[in-house]
Amino acid sequence: MVSRVKQLVVYALSPLLLLSFVGQMAHAEDAHRSGWSLLNMPRGVTGVSNDIYDLHMVVVWICVWISVVVYGVMFYSMFAHRKSKGAKASNFHESTTVELLWTIVPVLILIWVAFPSTKVLIDLYDTSEADIDIKVTGYQWKWQYEYLGEGVEFMSELTTSESAIYNLEPKTEFYLSEVNEPLVLPVGKKVRFLLTAKDVIHSWWVPDLGVKRDAVPGFINETWAKIDEPGIYRGFCAELCGKGHAFMPIVVNAVSEEEYKVWLADKKEAAAAIREMAKQTFTLEELMVKGEEAYNRSCAGCHAGNGEGIPGAFPALKGSAIALGSVANHLDVVVNGVGGTAMQAFGAQLSEVDLAAIITYERNAWGNDVGDMVQPIDVLKFKQGQ
Amino acid sequence: MAHGPAKGIGRWLFATNHKDIGTMYLWFSFSMFLLGGAFAMIIRAELFAPGMQLIKPEFFNQMTTMHGLIMVFGAIMPSFVGLANWMIPLQIGAPDMALPRMNNLSFWILPFGFALLASTLFMEGGAPNFGWTFYAPLSTTYAPDTVNFFIFGVHIIGASSIMGSINIIATVLNLRAPGMTMMKLPLFVWTWLITAFLLVAVMPVLAGAVTMMLMDINFGTSFFDAAGGGDPVLFQHIFWFFGHPEVYIIILPAFGVISEIIPTFSRKPLFGYSSMVYATSAIAFLSFIVWAHHMFTTGMPIAGELYFMYATMLIAVPTGVKVFNWITTMFKGSLTFETPMLFAIAVVILFTFGGFTGLMLAVAPADIQYHDSYFVVGHFHYVMVAGAVFSMSGAIYYWLPKWSGKMYDETMGKVQFWVAFVGFNIAFIPQHFLGLAGMPRRYADYALQFSDWNMVSSIGAFMYGAAQLMFLYNVVRTIVAGKPTSEEKTWEGAQGLEWTLPTPAPFHTFSTPPEVK
Repeated sequence: MVSRVKQLVVYALSPLLLLSFVGQMAHAEDAHRSGWSLLNMPRGVTGVSNDIYDLHMVVVWICVWISVVVYGVMFYSMFAHRKSKGAKASNFHESTTVELLWTIVPVLILIWVAFPSTKVLIDLYDTSEADIDIKVTGYQWKWQYEYLGEGVEFMSELTTSESAIYNLEPKTEFYLSEVNEPLVLPVGKKVRFLLTAKDVIHSWWVPDLGVKRDAVPGFINETWAKIDEPGIYRGFCAELCGKGHAFMPIVVNAVSEEEYKVWLADKKEAAAAIREMAKQTFTLEELMVKGEEAYNRSCAGCHAGNGEGIPGAFPALKGSAIALGSVANHLDVVVNGVGGTAMQAFGAQLSEVDLAAIITYERNAWGNDVGDMVQPIDVLKFKQGQ
Repeated sequence: MAHGPAKGIGRWLFATNHKDIGTMYLWFSFSMFLLGGAFAMIIRAELFAPGMQLIKPEFFNQMTTMHGLIMVFGAIMPSFVGLANWMIPLQIGAPDMALPRMNNLSFWILPFGFALLASTLFMEGGAPNFGWTFYAPLSTTYAPDTVNFFIFGVHIIGASSIMGSINIIATVLNLRAPGMTMMKLPLFVWTWLITAFLLVAVMPVLAGAVTMMLMDINFGTSFFDAAGGGDPVLFQHIFWFFGHPEVYIIILPAFGVISEIIPTFSRKPLFGYSSMVYATSAIAFLSFIVWAHHMFTTGMPIAGELYFMYATMLIAVPTGVKVFNWITTMFKGSLTFETPMLFAIAVVILFTFGGFTGLMLAVAPADIQYHDSYFVVGHFHYVMVAGAVFSMSGAIYYWLPKWSGKMYDETMGKVQFWVAFVGFNIAFIPQHFLGLAGMPRRYADYALQFSDWNMVSSIGAFMYGAAQLMFLYNVVRTIVAGKPTSEEKTWEGAQGLEWTLPTPAPFHTFSTPPEVK
């Protein structure tokens, strides 16, 4: 008798345990999103992300109810039909009615799921009538944002230091999800993203926006978001893109429309100032200082801080024919990249000042004592001369 | 000599006996399983805490890539070929495989294929680092030079699989005992027959994909390079046209194993035999027309997204039929819970869970959030590990007494099962949470909010890893010092021709075909 009661308790509990578990998942969204309470998909701050969340929960609950039935029957058999309890095996082994039933019922459930899924998908694909167009370009291992028609573009790169990554200094709150310059977007506006990449495939994912779309080199993908609430939303690159895959986060700063306008005007001014700077002439020392900094930011990932590259994967610059050869060729390699290899075209990624500084640095660092230098104006002329 | 095995190393080098070749396949795949497992331990150790502690990100990528390649091509696939070699002739009453010399060749090129692949670990540039799905252009223009070894390795492994499959098809279609009609075949033979056709169909596609890579890298073509008129996404279409059937290649023989074990320990015939055969065929057919559900974020036209979503959801129907049939087989049976049955029940529970997350992933708009996150990693380990690897463990415990004439220690078997079961769930349940919360897969390091569940996942993974060493111990101890058994039917409820043979199964069996009524 006691064992009978125990059995019943177990039967009663098994679906309840499952339900409470999923129920917790459903409510976890309200909790602070960190640590142990990170259980479920965020609701997010766009219409699409909310629709996706609702759809996700519908399917979760369908799965829960099916599993209650399926696991329920299974656990019942496991407890009730044991040989040790004297259970005698029946011999039934087919029933067309039952087979038809459990073929047709799942089909009906699937059709039920297909309707809302189709609706959300059609909405997600509707990139028409956007207020703002942003071109997002994936690089190994950073993102470039271009506000189309505004003349504003910038690189957004991880700011977490190597020493934090290698545990030489403490990790701060936004470890690996902080960047030098976030993508600033206004709330309440339909923003269309045009995604591409310069080297390998990347994927731009911000969970709170309900946006994930691959950035494919040579092709342009489209998606969109209309953010409802101001705030900072963080995301990651979702397609394996090499050794820096985990180190190219996305930060979106959603602000009111007024703030956005002020920010955009400031950016336009700053862009003009940088173009102005390209006309100045620098000394070798100035270029070497700037060059070292820019080289470590943009080149050291492959060619290493000491210019020795990574044997078998990336060539050394120390003593290389390109760094010691003609300036024109060196400019060509850095500005236009080398087709068919991992060497990117940096012409559009970096300012003329940075390009000039990097080339000068490469020609004069690590014992590469060529002695000449490249001025920003030379880079500009080279680009225009093409 | 005509009736026994040859002496010395020659027995193995020139083996044409299906049992010897099966044994070699099983030991080879298990050693690959330990190697791939060691890579997984390195991955989980690095991910135990945020920050890079043990290895560099470039080596981490080599580990994830090699773990996937070794487990899929080196551990799971050859292990089921080994099982097929042992069991198909015994189950259909054949004296051996139809093509014994090709059988020898298909096994013996495997170690060379994997030696090529693994040797890259010691070369300049390192092992493949572009993921087991090796998407171009990361695997072409941006790959280390060692990629050519990987390509040649894949060619060899593919050739081995194709030969193994041809052998299985030829054996099942031609060497069945009199009276063993197709609709009397044990389910394991049926699932392998269908799997073999899948392999013959898609392995050449994989070979085509790596050959196109080879051309792009070395001969100036631009199949996957937009600058030359190609398309990186084309690679993904070709890869998944192979890759999706591939996951059924892995899981269908496992379904076959479960369909053998559950009736035995339920002491009741399999429910819905013919519907099982039809469901397996339906799954195999569907597997060819759903590949782009791995590519919902690549920017396919919406018509493509909708089609692939609907087609993918349909897979739930035949898969559901199989699960319902297993459970109905248990219903009103007379159940006992020896180690093989524990593994089989775990497969039904955990694979069904993986099926549920699979259904979630099929819903294209929701997949926008799940895609390439740890949710996917959790999902496919539930189907690959809890589906295929658990089945394989169950199969070994189930048939080892018949093979070796020795009985494993039931207590040790059960302990190993529970350590594996608990460890597995601790390792992979949290990965679903991590993915839903926004952690992408193939990340060498992660933001701080993901720390807690990653630590739990790592602890579970170490536990699951330890369970495999226990498994090795159990198997070796059984063979060396297990209790001898000569019962023809190891299991009271077992049905099938293999249980009519003496135990241990003699070197040559069914030299005169049995009569099947």
